[in-house]
Amino acid sequence: MSDNLTSSIDRHSNTDIVQKGLSKRYNAERRFKFYGIAAICASLMFLGVLFISIASNGYGALFQTHILLSVSFDSDILGGEDLKRANYQGVIKNSLLKMFPEVKSRREKKSLYSLVSSGAAFKIRNILIENPDFVGQTMDVWVPADDDTDMLIKGYMKRDVPESERRLNNRQIEWIESLEKEGRVEKKFNLAFFTAGDSREPELAGIWGATCGSFFTMIITLFLSFPIGVASALYLEEFAPKNRWTDIIEVNINNLAAVPSIVFGLLGLAVFLNFFGMPRSAPLVGGLVLTLMTLPTIIIASRAALKSVPPSIREAALGVGASKMQTVIHHVLPLAMPGMLTGTIIGMAQALGETAPLLMIGMVAFIVDIPGGITDPSTVLPVQIFLWADSPERGFLERTSAAIMVLLTFLVLMNALAVMLRKKFEKRW
Amino acid sequence: MNPTILLFTLLMLSAMGFYLGRQKSYAVGNKNGGVQHLHSRPTYYGSLTALWCAIPALIVFFFWLFFESSIITNLVISNLPDPIRELPPDRLNLVVNDIKNLVSGNIVSGKIDPGMKAAADHYQSLSTVSHASLSVIVIVIAIAGMMLVQRIISPDLRARNHVERVIQFILIACSTIAIFTTIGIVLSVLYEAIRFFKVIPLTEFVTGLDWSPQMAIRADQVGSSGAFGSVPVFMGTILISAIAMCVAVPIGLMSAIYLSEYAGREFRNVVKPLLEILAGIPTVVYGFFAALIVAPMIRDTGGVFGLDVSSESALAAGLVMGIMIIPFISSLSDDVINAVPMSLREGAYGLGSTKSETIRQVIIPAALPGIVGGVLLAVSRAIGETMIVVMAAGMAANLTVNPLNTVTTVTVQIVTLLVGDQEFDSPKTLAAFALGLMLFIVTLILNIIALVVVRKYREQYE
Repeated sequence: MSDNLTSSIDRHSNTDIVQKGLSKRYNAERRFKFYGIAAICASLMFLGVLFISIASNGYGALFQTHILLSVSFDSDILGGEDLKRANYQGVIKNSLLKMFPEVKSRREKKSLYSLVSSGAAFKIRNILIENPDFVGQTMDVWVPADDDTDMLIKGYMKRDVPESERRLNNRQIEWIESLEKEGRVEKKFNLAFFTAGDSREPELAGIWGATCGSFFTMIITLFLSFPIGVASALYLEEFAPKNRWTDIIEVNINNLAAVPSIVFGLLGLAVFLNFFGMPRSAPLVGGLVLTLMTLPTIIIASRAALKSVPPSIREAALGVGASKMQTVIHHVLPLAMPGMLTGTIIGMAQALGETAPLLMIGMVAFIVDIPGGITDPSTVLPVQIFLWADSPERGFLERTSAAIMVLLTFLVLMNALAVMLRKKFEKRW
Repeated sequence: MNPTILLFTLLMLSAMGFYLGRQKSYAVGNKNGGVQHLHSRPTYYGSLTALWCAIPALIVFFFWLFFESSIITNLVISNLPDPIRELPPDRLNLVVNDIKNLVSGNIVSGKIDPGMKAAADHYQSLSTVSHASLSVIVIVIAIAGMMLVQRIISPDLRARNHVERVIQFILIACSTIAIFTTIGIVLSVLYEAIRFFKVIPLTEFVTGLDWSPQMAIRADQVGSSGAFGSVPVFMGTILISAIAMCVAVPIGLMSAIYLSEYAGREFRNVVKPLLEILAGIPTVVYGFFAALIVAPMIRDTGGVFGLDVSSESALAAGLVMGIMIIPFISSLSDDVINAVPMSLREGAYGLGSTKSETIRQVIIPAALPGIVGGVLLAVSRAIGETMIVVMAAGMAANLTVNPLNTVTTVTVQIVTLLVGDQEFDSPKTLAAFALGLMLFIVTLILNIIALVVVRKYREQYE
């Protein structure tokens, strides 16, 4: 009886203790859950801020301010018969002076000329070379404005701050405003951004050169890393005996996957450039370095794909008399191919965004020409972004963000392709 | 014939070899009572012919191209007038460069004199001769190989075994590239680093507190003898990585826990890919984000509280690097948390513990080795990360632990020392390789520890 009593009291008090602690524990539970949600929200917020800040900075670069000039192709100003070497700068200056005849002093003239981009002369040069019979005529041409004018029109430069704090002086703003009133200023789609090479002038700089460089580099990387990666994976997964040697290879590959990318750049500099004497800044060397860097990714993904092919396939092939090599090449490889391709695309996407090792092998030079082959000096998109991000002009900030948007678009497309491949060919055995 | 065209010709030849070999094997087979009497299928005879056509020719081709340029250069040098040949090696190199530039039609540094022009013409003619003879030799070898196999095709030729042996050899060769890469990294970095340590003693490099890698260009220059104490550089690296870890570990771990233990299937399917986007963004984009948005924001916020924040503060770089590493930690921890057996959870629930108690007292301790391994991998990533710190951290090597100050890192120093013109005999350039060696060793050790820990942990529950 007394035993029963004590145990019921005990039970009672135990339940009490549990009950008392319960609300505290539930609160702890809620707090913990909240931390989880907060962590996810924080990372999603970072992602959102990143994208929004880049998009809001970058979309402006899709448009470029143009100014309508009435250009008279006066043969006196052009000077000489050779249209390729004529004085086009003079033609532009002349037409600006005609619009603002009150400008007399040298200093004012200089600040008037600086409203229009130095690329304007190239534009009218191309027009005249295509149509040589325009000489002596006058026509209206939209020419790109200087980046300071562009920033003012786009509203990044405040008009109401003191003169000394902006890059355009009061006179220049008056001129631009009078041009605006005449409808001679307009924002047009910035085609040059997608078709031009690099330039020191933001309004003339484009990403086509870097895109071509990236393309050649990626071609080299793809053509080397895919076959080599698949071949190594095949050997290690299907043929290699389990011994010390293959263990060393495995550990090696896992380690290489985690070696900092800049170390691959050091390797490229010391081996490819200094030892083999390959050309600096060339997509060929960039491709080689990126191949070494992406190989581990591709090998690991390909091995996983090979592992997922069930042994019954191999046994069936061997059973009907195929050799080991025939089994692998005719049956296992085609079934593992989608997984291998997915891994390769992801590796390529990594390589496309990689910057650091390419800095080491000199792909960071200022290159205006569009590269035409794998040994031409060139730069790549991420390096172009790095170069522009270092430039102080406000116009380059906009272009950097726009170049990032282009790069991210490529990456999204590649990853979407990988996901699609996986969805389409994924087989559950 | 230029090498690219030659390569294509070779490709065409071996395709032709494949076709001819297959035809021949059909013919031989039909003579002996049908294709089934051959040892291998006709495709293998074709492949064997193609391989014999391509491989010896390719070997000759690459060896030729590899040695061609240095042999021609030596021939040209031996034909130069004596006064030029007796120049010191570096001056001679300049002359040779000028000649090569002249040949390829680039801008030449000096004025063009007739001797130079003659040398360039000599170079040009030698390389024409070399290319022509290469073409002839390669094509002859290819055709000879093709003819040889054509002759020996018979029902007893074990074509399949030969072809398979060659393929297997190629597979083995490909899988050793990983080893050669590692050896290449170690040798190249070590070689230059040893040259560096011959000039600057190892003890100074490891214990010195002063880093200013400017060497005097002229001997009489003042105040630029250079100091190569790497402690401030490593401290900076550690500081920035520590900030990154303070951001990434809690956020990454909590996200992983929420996603694997609390979240419903649909929520998980949406949020997980979104987090993985963070991992796919190129580091140069993070660098731009850090330098242009985060750093000014931190400076302005600090200004409000009266703090003097540098515009290249360690905090900005570390914070953004942390964001970059979040998905890395969350996906690795997600894997290990999912690997904890259900029975452990069910045991804890059965004793009446709440979900968070189960997670904190059962799952995390069980998954701890795996999580530690993941964090170590993340640390090695943070140490080796380059673009974010190059763009957002500074160059000045301050020995400080104040996150609002400017610090520099190993990777920043490697990039600043090696971008631009280099001379490979100055300690300034070699210092980059010494830093690279340190970086490689540290990350290697972290990776090996992490891999061992993770592997041990996996075995525990399998």
